[in-house]
Amino acid sequence: MTRPATTTWRRGEVVLAPVLLGLLALAAWEAAVVVLELRPFVVPSPSAIGAELTGNVGIIATAALSTALNAWWGLVLGVVGALVAAAVSAAVRTLDEMSAPLAAAAAVVPIVALAPVLYTMFGANVQTARVAIAAIVSFVPVYVNTLRGLRTVAPVHRDLLRAYAATRRQATLTVTLPGALPFFFSGLRVATSLAVISALVAEYFGGPVDGLGKAITSAVSSSNYPLAWAYVVGAVVVGLLFFCGSSGLEKAVLHRRSGR
Amino acid sequence: MNTPAPTRPTAPSAGPADAPAATGTEAHAAPAVEVRGVIRRFSSRSGEVVALSDVDLTVRAGEFVSLIGPSGCGKSTLLRLIADLDEPTAGELAVFGRPPRVARQNHDFGIAFQQAGLLPWRSVRTNVELPLELHGAGRAARRARATELLEMVGLADFAQHLPHQLSGGMQQRVAIARALAERPSLLLMDEPFGALDEMTREHVQTELLRLRAETGAAVVFVTHSIPEAVYLSDRVVVMSARPGQVREVVPVGLGAARDRSDDVREDNAFFDRVRAVREALHGTDGTAPRGVDRR
Repeated sequence: MTRPATTTWRRGEVVLAPVLLGLLALAAWEAAVVVLELRPFVVPSPSAIGAELTGNVGIIATAALSTALNAWWGLVLGVVGALVAAAVSAAVRTLDEMSAPLAAAAAVVPIVALAPVLYTMFGANVQTARVAIAAIVSFVPVYVNTLRGLRTVAPVHRDLLRAYAATRRQATLTVTLPGALPFFFSGLRVATSLAVISALVAEYFGGPVDGLGKAITSAVSSSNYPLAWAYVVGAVVVGLLFFCGSSGLEKAVLHRRSGR
Repeated sequence: MNTPAPTRPTAPSAGPADAPAATGTEAHAAPAVEVRGVIRRFSSRSGEVVALSDVDLTVRAGEFVSLIGPSGCGKSTLLRLIADLDEPTAGELAVFGRPPRVARQNHDFGIAFQQAGLLPWRSVRTNVELPLELHGAGRAARRARATELLEMVGLADFAQHLPHQLSGGMQQRVAIARALAERPSLLLMDEPFGALDEMTREHVQTELLRLRAETGAAVVFVTHSIPEAVYLSDRVVVMSARPGQVREVVPVGLGAARDRSDDVREDNAFFDRVRAVREALHGTDGTAPRGVDRR
């Protein structure tokens, strides 16, 4: 009898506790700005940021949408490309051996640093370079993880399929692909956050004037610090939406699995 | 050399394709498993390991034979050779008179391992259906057979559960049901109860005896446990390590599987056979310790 009540209370606690902590932190921040008389370029007060946010919801949303679209298309291209590449590499061993060092190299190159080059390559007045950056950045973790998943078949399952004379196609469909799914999703989770970050940061290096990154730099250069922070809030919202999207998809697809 | 089998063929060993030829109609007249002069060597960086040295073994149709011996005696290797999961360096094997590869492709045997090896993303029912599905059985036939099998192993209520929701013993029973899915005349089991606690273990052993009586299948059963081997088997094949060899074959003779119950475990005949296997294993007959105590 007490059990359901306890669980409900605990669930409420789980939500309430971080919200409470966040409100406390905001209050402390506000107090610090007022009491210490901090200047806005050091850090503006939450209330000032809130005012800018509510006053400019429209333009912040437009900028956020532009960045989000770049991140989205980059993510889609990167993930599709990574899946195709991983499938081919898993099927053709030599190709895998050839591409392994390249994938490792790509993983350590800060792709965003290529932004100026890509703007020159694709033209600075189109979004192509930003999409390309998000695509390359999200390609790497999805490719590496999915390939590892396709390679990871439990020996007992391999023996089982061999003992039952399963064809290669059957083995792929019944064991290899379902087994690789959790690996794919952990790659996707990384790729999603990276796609948003890189699409936004790429805007710092040039290109068209829309997007959150551009908006933040121009707000700062016109000394409107609370507005810059309001755009940062917009970036946080975009990042959260992407994260929730990918982890929601993961939960929906893997919900019948064990938590191994 | 301990108790070499008397019927070694003198003909030069030919390829598996020339193994004792039995036409399809006579297949069941052939023994379930026939192993002749099998050698399996593994080469590793630290040198060559002889896993099996000149092993002979015959398992008659419907017979329950356990392979027992210390780690490294090659008992699992032998089972893998019979299942065509591995190939011998020399010698011949036949399953119902056919080379293991053909037997495997004909789905002549069911198999279970120490790990249940269930697919974690499939329900208990669809795990049991797996062999039928791989071999193209229709949906309705698969469902009917899975229902029947799950009732047989006492898990009918768990058909929709996922493997991780089941205990180790229950998972192993699902794996056995899966092995029985195609009504094989031969079951190959590699320490299937090795990871279970003693009480669960005794329970599933009795269950296996019952299933075996119902199906009439021959069983090759790899185990570490002397009482388990004695309780289940018609004959216990005692093996020794380095190199893996058959040291002795101990007949059990505790009666037909259908007549054995848990009471057998407290029977004097049972203890007598346990002692016989233990002595064969540890070599108290005075000749064997050389091989065991070398280091």
